[in-house]
Amino acid sequence: MIPEIGHFAVILALCVAVAQAFFSLVGATRGHTNWMAVSRPSAYVLFLLTTFGFCCLVISFLTNDFSVLNVASNSNSQLPWPYRLAASWGSHEGSLLLWVLMLSGWMAAVARFSKGVPDDMLSLILGVMALVAIGFYSFLLLTSNPFDRLLPPAVDGRDLNPLLQDPGMVIHPPMLYMGYVGFSVVFAFAIAALISGRLDTTWARWSRPWTTIAWAFLTIGIALGSWWAYYELGWGGWWFWDPVENASFMPWLCGTALMHSLLVTEKRGSFKVWTVLLAIITFSLSLLGTFLVRSGVLTSVHAFATDPERGVFILGFLVFVVGASLILFAWRAPKVGLGGRFDLVSRESALLANNVLLVVAAASVLLGTLYPLFLDALGLGKISVGPPYFDAVFIPIMAPAMFLMGIGPISRWKKSSVPDLASKLKWAFVVSVVSALLLPFTMGTWNVLVSFGLLMALWIALAGIVNLWTRLKQMSRGEGNTVWNSLTSLPNSYYGMLCAHWGVAVFIVGVTLVNGYEIEKDVKMSVGNTVTIGSYTIRLDALKEMEGPNYTGVEGSMAILVDGEEVDRMFPQKRLYTVQQMAMTEAAIDTGFTRDLYISLGEPLSDGSWVVRVYLKPFVDWIWGGAFLMALGGILAVSDRRYRKASQMENGSEEVTTSS
Amino acid sequence: MAVTRFLIPLGIFIGVAAFLFKGLSLDPKEVPSPLIGKAAPDFSLPLLNNSETRFANSDMVGKVWLLNVFASWCGPCLDEHPIIVNFARSNTVPVLGFNYKDRPQAAAQWLDRHGDPYSQVVLDIDGRIGLDYGVYGVPETFLIDREGFIRYKKIGPLTQLDVSEDILPLIEELSR
Repeated sequence: MIPEIGHFAVILALCVAVAQAFFSLVGATRGHTNWMAVSRPSAYVLFLLTTFGFCCLVISFLTNDFSVLNVASNSNSQLPWPYRLAASWGSHEGSLLLWVLMLSGWMAAVARFSKGVPDDMLSLILGVMALVAIGFYSFLLLTSNPFDRLLPPAVDGRDLNPLLQDPGMVIHPPMLYMGYVGFSVVFAFAIAALISGRLDTTWARWSRPWTTIAWAFLTIGIALGSWWAYYELGWGGWWFWDPVENASFMPWLCGTALMHSLLVTEKRGSFKVWTVLLAIITFSLSLLGTFLVRSGVLTSVHAFATDPERGVFILGFLVFVVGASLILFAWRAPKVGLGGRFDLVSRESALLANNVLLVVAAASVLLGTLYPLFLDALGLGKISVGPPYFDAVFIPIMAPAMFLMGIGPISRWKKSSVPDLASKLKWAFVVSVVSALLLPFTMGTWNVLVSFGLLMALWIALAGIVNLWTRLKQMSRGEGNTVWNSLTSLPNSYYGMLCAHWGVAVFIVGVTLVNGYEIEKDVKMSVGNTVTIGSYTIRLDALKEMEGPNYTGVEGSMAILVDGEEVDRMFPQKRLYTVQQMAMTEAAIDTGFTRDLYISLGEPLSDGSWVVRVYLKPFVDWIWGGAFLMALGGILAVSDRRYRKASQMENGSEEVTTSS
Repeated sequence: MAVTRFLIPLGIFIGVAAFLFKGLSLDPKEVPSPLIGKAAPDFSLPLLNNSETRFANSDMVGKVWLLNVFASWCGPCLDEHPIIVNFARSNTVPVLGFNYKDRPQAAAQWLDRHGDPYSQVVLDIDGRIGLDYGVYGVPETFLIDREGFIRYKKIGPLTQLDVSEDILPLIEELSR
């Protein structure tokens, strides 16, 4: 009964979305106040119905109701309960339900937290979101019903894909989807602005926090996915330029550009057309990502069930949403006036250049991702585009962007002077160049790529410090200002900017040092053997059979020796998940601030020994640490007090809040 | 201001969407095998029913034959099994079973239970010959001509459509 009730709730939700879209959009364009009044409450109703439906699915999973096809295919009575919970969104159907849940959640949040937005504008925004919702609810109900029954019921389930049985995978999809779907908010703001013709700085001010928070979620989602790949796949890699990864990375790049573009639109009224286009592109790429992942047009290491019928539906929806938005854009955008003028050397220029670089980077990722498809469609053969292309294209595009990241925040709006910038940043520049040249020697060997990477990271970090220092110095000219007073009076959005930029620096350090100094050893080991990696000696002490709730396996017991003394023990496992008969490598990772020691069991050999892979990965955790700092920066920026009293926010506080 | 400039994004999008639509009807997993048109790699392997005797692919020279890679641990093999059984019953060409990385007893039991369509079954217990044949997903099926050249390869379960549309016409052509 519970699945039917859930199904019914989702059908009702679709009906609510249809009514909401109609009354909100028509009401707002015709000016019927009582029609517009529908939009807010219906957003709450939509959210409640979807939450209810989602809970029904979760209950079916938790109670092992194997008469539900989705549960029978993706769960098992032996599966521990947290994974049964996660299995609710482990399948295509379930993840779509999660998707619409997030969408309705964002809609409810917009309805709740947009007090300052005029009613007709809010109606338009919620109406556009309701249109998007109609597409996804129909997709769910018509092609991918998560509540389908299986008659007669299965005795037991086929189990969740063992790759997904992992804490990282439990939270990765919700975070990623929060980001993906979150961009629908700024998209809706943009479309609403285009329809109403009110594409002004207030529009940008309303959209900014929504964009930033969605971006922060997406950042965390991508980082978690990468971290999961690192420890779960057993190869020690953290990014593979796989189509599914690219699908999440492209909206991130454009979202990053959008955040910065919105800043200029809000502060200076410039880039309006560009910002609106970016908002459309960012959300379109989120939809495209869904299409690529769900339709099976590209091969990927992520083996999702794919189905051409679903592909046709999503593509149709994609064409409708993106096509209509771009037509609207082509129609309305020419009437938008230009914003404030700015000089070649100014913060606007720096941000514009960064924007262009980010979008070009996204476009090159898109090209690399779709290139195999293009060639295949033209009958020119089958190829696959891999890391060599992406590394060769991506790094040169991002390098100047990193350089500008140091300059942008410290330069003035409108007009900045080169000598002034040079005098402010000269020490940061000299110190970063010298340390970047010297630091690699302390790691052993000098390597040009490492030196270059460190230069970028140091430059960003030091420019941030100079920026803060200059800010404090300016403020201390005022009377009775202690350093502490100055520090606390700087707005959160400013700290958010610093934090996110430092996050980028930390991230670059991680990537650079892992690529430059990683040590990898593939060895054959039997009990008693040792292998030396860096300053560590690893000894295989024992191999024992083990049994988990839904798997059996072998666990190695490894002693980690430094100068002959045992400092740690590590236990890599090879598991065989019994239901799906799938072997999984559970790497043992000793995480450290400056290095990870990573051991994974490969294959057993006929003489009882094992192929063991051992990696020493310097600074690898800085990669995710950096991503986390970026996301934290986003959250700090959104927590800025001016958003909490957004309705009475006026230009008065503008002086202090010039960056984010 | 020229309106056409603002139509550029739309144009690009329409182009991409057209390719995506075309892409839906393509299968990216379908990789043409480099083995097609090449001589089938040589093997000499023990037989399932008599491990003392070895069977070599050279024994089949002069015949058109099908090589079907299977294993008792492979679920999809069971899906295609009725089709192989049907095909073998029609006596068109001999079907050689290629038991891949399997335990001989398990393979024998599996064939007992589900029917044995094969003229012979060879054992590739450590999978070394499978490597020569580029086997990466079981089941796989190869059609080999009189001179011992591979003419057709299918990765994944064979369907009735594969048999009627691809294999049978090819056999007819090769047997002429």
